[in-house]
Amino acid sequence: MDHESPIWEQAFGIPWLSFNLSNVLMMFVASLIVFILGVAATRNMQRNPKGFQNFMEWLIDFIKGIIGSNMDWRTGRLFLPLGLTLFAYIFISNMLGVVTNGIVGHELWWKSPTADPGITMTLAVMVISLTHYYGVKLKGGSEYSKGFIRPLPFLLPFKIIEEFSNTLTLGLRLYGNIYAGEILLSLLVGLATTSFLGFLGATLPMIAWMGFSTFIGFIQAFIFVMLTMVYMSHKVSDDH
Amino acid sequence: MQGLTSNLALGAAGFQLGDMVAQLFFFIVLLALLRKFAWGPLMTMMKDREDYIANEIETAEKSREEAAIQHREASEELKKTRQDAQNIIEDARKTASQQERDIVESAKKEAERIKVSARQEIEQERDKAVQVLKDQVASMSVMIASKVIEKELSEKDQQELISQYINEAGEER
Repeated sequence: MDHESPIWEQAFGIPWLSFNLSNVLMMFVASLIVFILGVAATRNMQRNPKGFQNFMEWLIDFIKGIIGSNMDWRTGRLFLPLGLTLFAYIFISNMLGVVTNGIVGHELWWKSPTADPGITMTLAVMVISLTHYYGVKLKGGSEYSKGFIRPLPFLLPFKIIEEFSNTLTLGLRLYGNIYAGEILLSLLVGLATTSFLGFLGATLPMIAWMGFSTFIGFIQAFIFVMLTMVYMSHKVSDDH
Repeated sequence: MQGLTSNLALGAAGFQLGDMVAQLFFFIVLLALLRKFAWGPLMTMMKDREDYIANEIETAEKSREEAAIQHREASEELKKTRQDAQNIIEDARKTASQQERDIVESAKKEAERIKVSARQEIEQERDKAVQVLKDQVASMSVMIASKVIEKELSEKDQQELISQYINEAGEER
């Protein structure tokens, strides 16, 4: 019962490169689902929206609302595709682990890709890098640099630390929530497989926890996108 | 606790550099694909709809204004037409009363004329009748007289009597 990750060491013969193949698989699955949903929703688009298209338009309005609460829409529209994709990808990723965890042999293959700190940190670093990139691009290098010494010059070290702590918390918050959810789910599965009584005992908490995990998955995706836009607005808006 | 956690299906497997690269790659590809195939068309459609609705509202506003103008024109037209009809009726009434007066007038005249001519005719007829009567009475009286005279009257008495009768006959009507 000791499960391990299917790690591919020294990939392509490069000594420092290694893959956790389950993560790669799940990233692919999540991306594929998001892509298929996105494309399915936007086939047969009509001016009078029906069914799935309605839902997608609601999603767009939802992300628009998140962006709109942080910056004005003229700059914010630039980040709409990013926000939408982040939200859809993270939400679907979170859901993948709630639905089931799949184990092949002794290796864990099917799980949330977001239950891995490396992946959430990658997303977080990417987002923070993008905020710096757009900060320089939209406000110019000097304005961007001045942002670090506002409102007072001695805040510079704190501002620099803030950038790293933002990255760290953004990535680890998502990882922690999803990973904890999966731990509890797998504990409950462990309980359910021990005995008949254990199965009975585990059923109800498991249903409850899956419902809660769905909620958490949604909330975390929302928070991730929200914080992305908050950090972005710190860099690109004038009023911060 | 150790036994429990060792049974876990999950365990943080540490950082794999490959995963990070793969995640970045997947996310960027996903972002690009979705932008091209999903968000782009969807947002275009939403923009399109926004424009369409704005356009429709504008059109509706315009046609409403047009309708108001047309309504005003129509009611003016109606008022004018009503006025015209009133005038026509008034005229007709005037003409009718004029004609009525004319007709009555001419009828009166005609009646007068007929009356006058009738009177003349009567007069003529009367004169004629008187004349005829005179003649007849004369001859009759002569006859009577001659009969009477044959009995007792003289020529002189007879003559007096006749003229007296004639006069009386001429006066009586």
